[in-house]
Amino acid sequence: MSDLYFIRDIILPPLLEGTLVTVKLIVLSIPLGLILGILIAVGRVYGNKFISSLCTIYTLFFRGTPLLVQLFIIYYALPSIGIFFSPFMAAVIGFILCSGAYHSEYIRGAIQSIKIGQMMAAEALGMSRIKAVLYIILPQALRRAIPGCSNEIIYLIKYSSLAFMVTCVELTGAGKIVATRFFKYTEVFLVVGIIYLLVVSVVTKFLNILEKKLRIPGLE
Amino acid sequence: MHEDNKIILKVEEIYKRYREEEVLRGISFEVRKSETKVIIGPSGSGKSTLLRCINQLTIPDKGRVWLEGEEVTHTKENINKFRQKMGMVFQDFNLFDHLNALRNVEIGLIRVKGMGKDIAREKAMEELKQVGLEKQAYLYPAQLSGGQKQRVSIARALAMDPSVMLFDEPTSALDPELIGEVLEVIKKLAINGMTMVVVTHEMGFARSVANEVIFIESGRIIDQGSPYKLFTNPEHERTKKFLYKITELYGKSGEGNE
Repeated sequence: MSDLYFIRDIILPPLLEGTLVTVKLIVLSIPLGLILGILIAVGRVYGNKFISSLCTIYTLFFRGTPLLVQLFIIYYALPSIGIFFSPFMAAVIGFILCSGAYHSEYIRGAIQSIKIGQMMAAEALGMSRIKAVLYIILPQALRRAIPGCSNEIIYLIKYSSLAFMVTCVELTGAGKIVATRFFKYTEVFLVVGIIYLLVVSVVTKFLNILEKKLRIPGLE
Repeated sequence: MHEDNKIILKVEEIYKRYREEEVLRGISFEVRKSETKVIIGPSGSGKSTLLRCINQLTIPDKGRVWLEGEEVTHTKENINKFRQKMGMVFQDFNLFDHLNALRNVEIGLIRVKGMGKDIAREKAMEELKQVGLEKQAYLYPAQLSGGQKQRVSIARALAMDPSVMLFDEPTSALDPELIGEVLEVIKKLAINGMTMVVVTHEMGFARSVANEVIFIESGRIIDQGSPYKLFTNPEHERTKKFLYKITELYGKSGEGNE
């Protein structure tokens, strides 16, 4: 019984504080990463040569290097050229930039799966390119991208643990600190694991509801 | 009968080439107000490309297009201004899949014409009524039959109050039993004085509504004239051959008038 009290009174409070930081990290990174992903995808498909290749290079860089290296660059290397971020901000920026690259690929695929006739019909009505993308292409493409983007969002929740590597104490970091102090690795990381599982479950549920809600009647 | 009417659409010497293939080789014609031009010809003869060159969905290599006296090609003006006035109906409908019938019709009004939502909705509903689909207003494209989809797409184009309607094989993707309802709608438009260019294989329809039929082959106008002249006494051997083939395929002028 004393073990349970130990978990509840000693381990849990700092872990919950860490959870709060994790939640803040992902609540900022998920929507902003998605928006970045949409911009990059649209830039790649509809941009001129310059913008399109810029977006391609962006995706190549952020998918081609480890997130940890990106975080180290943002937090440890950028100050040498005079750009400083708090640990929290460094982590958020890293997550947004990285998840944006992954989202953009799911969204690009979805955009390219929309039949060319949709754009043609929009243009035939006299819609500008931008309006056609905004009102006709993206509403359909984003629906198709939901499963892929959900995947990336769930990854993001878990790789948010890397924030600890730039000294932002989130859930995993809090766990590491508590576990080391009391030498209770099993208990602590069991609880940490359960908390991640809970967060992921809640987000997954939400994403499933969203997908159902946005389903177009008559389509599979 | 329309001789006094003003020219709505003028197409002059349109050329279009895709790589090796010359799809259009100097096509010219004029459409006067309330006239229905029907364009026929074998597949691959450039009919669809021609329609797309008119509203610049495809940019022609050479040639000019005028709409109500204003040049559409080589213009500094925004092409979207002209496209609004040229309603287009596609072979495979191209309804916006994520919008119900009503919103398909109103989106152009709201996003292109900048109309208020309530007025747009009212007008869209009116257009759907015109094509007999007010009951289906809240259904999505995937819940509609092919014929209904095509009628919605006609309503969508009409809602913009176009000066001319361009139909690109509007019944070619339909099951035979659904063709009639779509042709009926187009016929009604012709009777009400809409100016139209219709690419079709429906010879019965061509016979009954066209003021002039244009026969295109290999990117050139081979023959043109009143339906009576073209169908009973075509000038060229190729027109005869084509008409013979098409009659074998689709039956003799479907609707039995004339």
